[in-house]
Amino acid sequence: MARVNSPAELDRLRKGFLSKRDPDKPCIAICAGIGCLGLGSDRLIGALEEEIKKQFLEAKVDIRVTGCHGFCEKGPLVVIYPEEICYFGVTPEDVPEIISQTVVEKKVIDRLVYTDPNTGEKAVHQSEIPFYRNQTRLLIGNNTRINPKRIDDYLAIGGYSALAKALFEMSAEQVLGEIKKANLRGRGGGGFSAGSKWETARNAPAEEKYVIVNGHEGEPGAFMDRALLTGNPHEVLEGLIIGAYAVGSHQGFIYIRHDTPQLRENMEVALAQAEEYGLLGENILGSGFNFNVEVHLDIGIFVSGESSALMRSIEGKAPEPRPKYIRTSVSGIWEKPSVLNNVETWANVPQIISKGSAWYSGIGTERSKGTKLISLSGNICNTGVVEVPMGTSLREIVYDMGGGIPDGKKLKAVHFGGPMGGSIPESLIDTPLDFDALTKLGAPMGAGGMLVMDEDTCMVDVARYFLDFLAGESCGKCVPCREGIRQMLKILTNITEGKGREGDIQLLEELAEVAGGASLCALGRSAPNPFLSTLRYFRDEYEAHITGKRCPALSCKEQAHT
Amino acid sequence: MDSDRIDQIINKHQGQARSLIQVLLEIQSENRWLPREVLEKVSEKLEVPLSRVLRIVTFYKTFSFTPKGHYEIDVCTGTACHLRGAQRVLDTVQDLTGIKPGETDLDSKLSLETVNCLGCCGLGPVMEIGGKTHSKMSPAEIADALKKCE
Repeated sequence: MARVNSPAELDRLRKGFLSKRDPDKPCIAICAGIGCLGLGSDRLIGALEEEIKKQFLEAKVDIRVTGCHGFCEKGPLVVIYPEEICYFGVTPEDVPEIISQTVVEKKVIDRLVYTDPNTGEKAVHQSEIPFYRNQTRLLIGNNTRINPKRIDDYLAIGGYSALAKALFEMSAEQVLGEIKKANLRGRGGGGFSAGSKWETARNAPAEEKYVIVNGHEGEPGAFMDRALLTGNPHEVLEGLIIGAYAVGSHQGFIYIRHDTPQLRENMEVALAQAEEYGLLGENILGSGFNFNVEVHLDIGIFVSGESSALMRSIEGKAPEPRPKYIRTSVSGIWEKPSVLNNVETWANVPQIISKGSAWYSGIGTERSKGTKLISLSGNICNTGVVEVPMGTSLREIVYDMGGGIPDGKKLKAVHFGGPMGGSIPESLIDTPLDFDALTKLGAPMGAGGMLVMDEDTCMVDVARYFLDFLAGESCGKCVPCREGIRQMLKILTNITEGKGREGDIQLLEELAEVAGGASLCALGRSAPNPFLSTLRYFRDEYEAHITGKRCPALSCKEQAHT
Repeated sequence: MDSDRIDQIINKHQGQARSLIQVLLEIQSENRWLPREVLEKVSEKLEVPLSRVLRIVTFYKTFSFTPKGHYEIDVCTGTACHLRGAQRVLDTVQDLTGIKPGETDLDSKLSLETVNCLGCCGLGPVMEIGGKTHSKMSPAEIADALKKCE
């Protein structure tokens, strides 16, 4: 790999890649995302390689090991190019047939394609499958087209052209202006304007500044950041470098958890390859701008996703939040201005710079722009990662992409934002996906984990479950959070065990008020959310548990099911 | 315990207090526990007070003062797995192994932990045994998988 020293050289390099590629050459893209790996896609990859060798097709067929395609439910997933034929639930035993039938003879294997569970209709291509057809896959769509360990794949689809544009055609102020005009809001949960955050850090009086990718993703049921970061690490990295240029930072950190080995592996490969091409390090693309990135591996406990806690842990200290009278964008890591954005926020940056803020703000609702990645999980037919424009109704997500509720059960509620979020009842399912609309309903979007619950779910138990989770994850520094959560959990556990007492609801509300008002960080402040939202929409269930000693959903073991 | 390997990890980060968590993580995954003398060495070489090393070690449940089993069993109790019956999986594993989350069996063969989300919610309820993912497990399949941990 030779260093690239100018945008013109980058262009030549890209054209070189494209001229060497035959668009008609068959290519088998196999998903090696976390879900598909769990279903044995590594054995599938081995079998494909072997079969291709056996049939002497090495020069005629490419194999591409990719990141998550999104449709985790039906894995292991395989897409065969150039026709874009999608096969689902592929096993090593299917491999000889795939090679001889589909790749060589161009015949579709019927049993491996998508079958609509309702109509029995088959869909062969990605563009015809309802799960994919209804999405707008701006961020995650390229996952099937690139091997995350090959920067050349990313460059071939136009990667790093936004960086070249930012460095050579725009001033740092202009880049910042574009992000502000695009009204890009943080995807990690707060929905805070990324542009304002960058501006604060840019204007903060300090020589040294930092930019950080928050790849912590501690919210259970959220896996879209991992899908994006392992599947397309350069997209996030490119966004980070552009952000660093706008903020005036020369050192970045990528914070990831230790329990997903692919994350670290793919990121480290990506950093090394970007550096070899001169897209990272000293004098990037010959522009004179220097920027280095370090991967910080950490233990994914929930509180370390909080900005000040995360920064403490990068310093090597215990991840405890501090009161934020001064924002971390003014005083963060080692008291230096530090911009922390979520994986998905950074990944949005390159396309905003390439296509402009006007294009970007044409997508979405008035105050929530762009697309949002959603991890669909729970009682839903199609678990997976979907990407939709902001403003899409929850109904479309649950039914058109998610395929509805399995086993003919009825939808009861949708829960957003994990342990710090809230539940929305089925009656409000036409609500649009929008930061402010959801917050108003008491179910802030969070990072985008969407948990679908069927009629057998006990909402009191859901609130208890999340408090149980938070009781283990609270850092314990401040009393309202540490004790408040514990006491609320105790009362809720009693209620689910049939030991609820008159007055418990009022007591819970009081505790919720104190924990919500007096806790140090967002973890404690939003810990009562699941309780408050389930109480708001499912008060009758609480009352049935307490006064009737019964669980209407027939879920709590200790309750009389009458 | 391979003390050369541990020394190697510690020496790589000599004088770098900020690498404390990384160093401890590497030693834990290599050695399966953190003996006191190793922590003292970490404190000395990284120039971090022992009290702060201990604070970090006791803060995270990933770190262990006693040897963990050869096979680590992680049962996912994240939201999606919870809805799909993670508790039944956990109960089965506890019945079969006789250990509770956080414990290790007497011959240091198995350790049991609950984890919050393994990121493959479509396969729920999920458990990992020695790093290998097992999805949608029935009690009989759990028993089979555990038998293979010899």
